[in-house]
Amino acid sequence: MATAATTADASSTQPEKRATPPVQMFYCSVCTYPPEFCEFGNSLSKCKEWLQSESPDLYDKYYSDEALKAKLGTISQEAQSKLEEETAKKEAKAEAKADAALKKKLASQVVIKRIERNKRKFVTSVRGLEAFGVDLKKAAKLFAQKFATGGSVTKNAAGIDEIVVQGDVSQEIYDMIAEANEGGRDGGKGKKGLDVLKGVLVDNVEMVEEKRKKEPEQ
Amino acid sequence: MMNECSRHRGMFKKFQPSTDIAGQTPVKSSVQRGIRSAILSSWKVDAETLEEIWPKKESIVHVKCRDHPSIYALHGEPLFFQHSDGPYFPTLRLLHKYPFILPHVRIDRGAIRFLLAGAHMMCPGLTSAGGWLPPAEAALAAGTPVAFDAEGKEFAVGIGITKVGTEEMKAVNKGIAVESVTYVGDDLWAVQRV
Repeated sequence: MATAATTADASSTQPEKRATPPVQMFYCSVCTYPPEFCEFGNSLSKCKEWLQSESPDLYDKYYSDEALKAKLGTISQEAQSKLEEETAKKEAKAEAKADAALKKKLASQVVIKRIERNKRKFVTSVRGLEAFGVDLKKAAKLFAQKFATGGSVTKNAAGIDEIVVQGDVSQEIYDMIAEANEGGRDGGKGKKGLDVLKGVLVDNVEMVEEKRKKEPEQ
Repeated sequence: MMNECSRHRGMFKKFQPSTDIAGQTPVKSSVQRGIRSAILSSWKVDAETLEEIWPKKESIVHVKCRDHPSIYALHGEPLFFQHSDGPYFPTLRLLHKYPFILPHVRIDRGAIRFLLAGAHMMCPGLTSAGGWLPPAEAALAAGTPVAFDAEGKEFAVGIGITKVGTEEMKAVNKGIAVESVTYVGDDLWAVQRV
């Protein structure tokens, strides 16, 4: 919604002689649909709540009794109730899905692994950050900058993206994650500049060491 | 023509910006001129309004996607897209701002949820009491990009491409009338910035 409003503003600052001004669009911030289509989304009750607090006029326009009656249009009462039933079902389904996703998130682990490259040389790989909504590329850049070493996103053998940072910085990365998420997840006052790492559950971060594989025989 | 149409099928039903975008390139100015004139001739838009949507001085970015769709974006905001060498479609958000740029057809209330699930629109959904097709004197030929209005709704709910002419829809009243290309809530809708 915000983007629509701002772009519209930007373009209207330089009016043309005969150009038709754009329609100011207003989108639901819950399901991103135009509010009149919320009923077809899968979060109707939340959208309704939002619209009522955001714009009571529009709420009346779409959800008042007359509006509901008018909406029936050519569709029969029977089909309408069926539709409503389906919407409720869809909503419940979406909620269950969101719940499951959250649970999965809570259960997912971040693994910081120290890998021995060459006797005293190490690389550190960080896996599983993406489950917490961390932008891997940005995080890799942050690590690389912070430690002044190479840091990149690579696919491991299983085809899952992980961050590989040169040098043994596992403890430091752990500290960074902890610092970024001081004061619990969502909100809290994590340290500045570490926003990229926000949202990770510190309890789920695990540190492991990997010994070098057996010397290949000559 | 039939083949040309069916390639649009579910273009953005499954679209993951992270994996399906193959690259972004600025568009050559000669090509931009071509696009501009193609849009002016195919959309119901005058030069001034197009200037507002896409100022002449601004250069657009061509976002190549896997399986041929290409999106054209201005300052990271998708403006329109195309499939191979097919017609240019505005994105829905652009259409909402300038609803007059495409001819409209209206689907009845019962068809809305099918459209939102990505289905193509069948003739009866357009010819029934809740639907609306342009009158005979403004009939649309097959292969025309159209905007889907919905019964009792103010804003367009999707964009499609006619598979048969509108007069034929009225006459035959059976089978696929308009193939849906993009609709509210599909994966292109979710892409607000590229």
